[in-house]
Amino acid sequence: MINGYLDRKLQEVYSQYLQERLTCPGSSPGYSLTGVEGANSHPTAPTAFRVFSIVLWIMLASLAKLGFHWSGRIPAVVPESCLLIMVGLLVGGVIYGVRHTAPPVLSAEAFFLYLLPPIVLDAGYFLPGRLFFENLGTILWYAVLGTLWNVLGIGLSLYGLCRLGGWGLEEVSLLHFLLFGSLIAAVDPVAVLSVFEEIHVNEQLHILVFGESLLNDAVTVVLYKLFESFLRMPTVSSVDILAGGCQFVVVGLGAQVIAPLFVFLYSYLSYLTSEMLHFSGIMAIVTCAVTMKQYVEANVSERSNTTIKYFLKMWSSVSETLIFIFLGVSTIQDVHMWSWPFVSSTLFLCLLWRALGVLLLTAVVNKLRRNAVTFRDQFIIAYGGLRGAICFSLVFLIEDFPMKRLFITTTIVVILFTVFVQGMTIKPLVELLDVKRKKRALPTVSEEIHSRLLDHLLSGIEDVVGCWGQHYWKDKFEQFNTKYLKRFLIREDKQPKSSIVRLYQELERREQMGEDDEGTEDSQTQSRSLLPEEMDSIRKILSNNLRNFNNKHITAYSRHTLHQDFTVDASRKACLQRHHSMGERHSSNQTHNNQVHFSLIDTKSPRPVHNPAEVNLNGPIRVTSDGWADSSGPSLQNQEQAQASSTSRHMHIPKKLSFVLENEREK
Amino acid sequence: MGSTSSTLSKIPNAEELSQETGFTSAHLARLFERFEALDKDKKGYLSPQDFEAIKELALNPICDRIIGAFFSSGQEMLDFSSFVRILAHFRPIDNNRPKEPNSPDPINSRINKLKFAFQLYDQDKDGKISRNELLQVLRAMLEKQVTEEQLESIADRTIQEADLDRDDAISFEEFRKSLEKVNIDHKMSIRFLR
Repeated sequence: MINGYLDRKLQEVYSQYLQERLTCPGSSPGYSLTGVEGANSHPTAPTAFRVFSIVLWIMLASLAKLGFHWSGRIPAVVPESCLLIMVGLLVGGVIYGVRHTAPPVLSAEAFFLYLLPPIVLDAGYFLPGRLFFENLGTILWYAVLGTLWNVLGIGLSLYGLCRLGGWGLEEVSLLHFLLFGSLIAAVDPVAVLSVFEEIHVNEQLHILVFGESLLNDAVTVVLYKLFESFLRMPTVSSVDILAGGCQFVVVGLGAQVIAPLFVFLYSYLSYLTSEMLHFSGIMAIVTCAVTMKQYVEANVSERSNTTIKYFLKMWSSVSETLIFIFLGVSTIQDVHMWSWPFVSSTLFLCLLWRALGVLLLTAVVNKLRRNAVTFRDQFIIAYGGLRGAICFSLVFLIEDFPMKRLFITTTIVVILFTVFVQGMTIKPLVELLDVKRKKRALPTVSEEIHSRLLDHLLSGIEDVVGCWGQHYWKDKFEQFNTKYLKRFLIREDKQPKSSIVRLYQELERREQMGEDDEGTEDSQTQSRSLLPEEMDSIRKILSNNLRNFNNKHITAYSRHTLHQDFTVDASRKACLQRHHSMGERHSSNQTHNNQVHFSLIDTKSPRPVHNPAEVNLNGPIRVTSDGWADSSGPSLQNQEQAQASSTSRHMHIPKKLSFVLENEREK
Repeated sequence: MGSTSSTLSKIPNAEELSQETGFTSAHLARLFERFEALDKDKKGYLSPQDFEAIKELALNPICDRIIGAFFSSGQEMLDFSSFVRILAHFRPIDNNRPKEPNSPDPINSRINKLKFAFQLYDQDKDGKISRNELLQVLRAMLEKQVTEEQLESIADRTIQEADLDRDDAISFEEFRKSLEKVNIDHKMSIRFLR
């Protein structure tokens, strides 16, 4: 199917190109061809042109995104997705005006195969796991039942209205309306993500809306394919409907089976596999990302971790930009067919059914939840049901029938409406309704520890009472995880650290980097006594290299001039000293560290004059008073040390950046 | 409901218990059945060994503290009413109950839940969590995952964050304050016991 489509597309582009060549020979795009025979002898021209145009689009997307970020005030009011669509509209308009033919359309294949997976993978990877699983029941409730409700509601009411209204749509069958309903009811994760990222509602609300948009893909896939196959069959019997119903379960579960089998680099493969088997690719990739995250993070080095995160962010960002621009471009089409009543009633019905659905479902689910979903939250959930590119691609994939163009137009209108109107107004509404916002600070270590204690306590009590609550299952999973999965999937020396330890390290690291961005510091601070500074740097390195602590003799040292003999024990003493003096830390030390930090990064290769030997990971080093370090090892170690130091040096850069990354996410 | 009423008749002071703890009679009946199931030797009371016999509880890192919380007054026999009173701490807070001005807080109020949690740390019952006690809990929870040094620095940091009067220990007030942002109702309630 894919190959066939690509062939067709190639033919299309090629014939278009030929057409241009024949009609306006003077404006050829620079290929040195003389005529039709010439064109035949360069069969790769269309392919080259195709790749060229793809690269151009990506460049355009990146420029648009950059320009958007430089413009300052606008992002506060208009969400990025809107701006990108507008850019797309402009570009589409320009192309249309210049060439008088329709600009390239966002092809369904390109969308589903290339543009969507990175975004969903990124979303799944950074999903707050614990919150997601705690709310999983509610999310599934909204995703499955809510989508079903919306699909049936919209489909059936549109059918009824068209029968009654007499808008010239009587020939369109019920199945077509149901098909249309199934694709227009789906909430789109890309649109939701881009809008919600800027409004910072409380995490529970965020995870509900976002989780729903991710998981409803399974339902959408099934319904869409179901109705499509029904359309192709001459008659539909009740057996078929029953069989269709069973597909739900299979599709949803099938995705779960496939996903955990693959690890990070193969997550794309899992997506493709499930798409080929007609399972829900989105669910597969989300499950894959969520499950593999802990194993990936534990197994790869710190640097690779950061690289992975960066790549994910970059890919998904590019994809998202491309999708929105293409949406704008594809709007300028020749295939539009307008019908006021149909379009407006579709819009109205979408909003109506979503609101009703959310109200009803929440009323039921609140009885079972501990934290009720408030009315304000419900409003945001209903209002945040944005449609996006998924509907768009799906509508293009419908087989041709007389009213297809109307459906396309309507879909585009609905998408534009939800993205622009709802997207732009949701932020002021959130503020107006005073919806609970995201907690900005990291939890304190006390909170984390006490929370952990309470978790243990609760599972204990659940065991005493004999009920299988949430904690029971969580514990069971953890035990299973530790006993089997982690043993196989994680290297021995890299067992994951507890969340308490991680939080502690994170907090320490942030304090050292100085949370107030005071990078400007005069150089004379460096000449101050180094003792507190050296202790701070030791602490920094100690916390950065905690995994080496299990072997007690391995310690990392800073490259500062140390003024006394240092052995491993002495460093421990300093460490303990530091414990007692922790209360006396003053802010100047923190800004100190910032400068210290930069000096670490700035120095290139080890120059004998200033720097003592670098990090020696394999044994104690003794530093003499004149600032030289004497490594007790063969000279081969120097290379190792240089390597290690560059690693530790480099570690600082990604650390700082990943801190920024997390900060951005928290914003 | 026939079985419930027959179970209820076996419970002494069922009415008072229900009033005091807020459990409905259905819950009380269920808890009584669980009590009897745990009491394998049919003594009529529970001993620490009965608790230790619960398989999953034995795997819990703080199981001895939890058992200790049940047997807080030092006695070795736990009768049904004490059992239920402890479990009442884990009922979800009902916001709809009218607040009578002079009556004491219900057992499952936020303060009482916090007091219960505090008790888990404060084994010597001096009203403060000392650094040592904190270390013990951390050690139990983090086990082999961290070294002694890390444990100490984490404990230090915890005390530093919470300790407002600088006596190197965490009093109940400081404990309560450090948890003010945490949704205790959510974290310390079992839905089952509503």
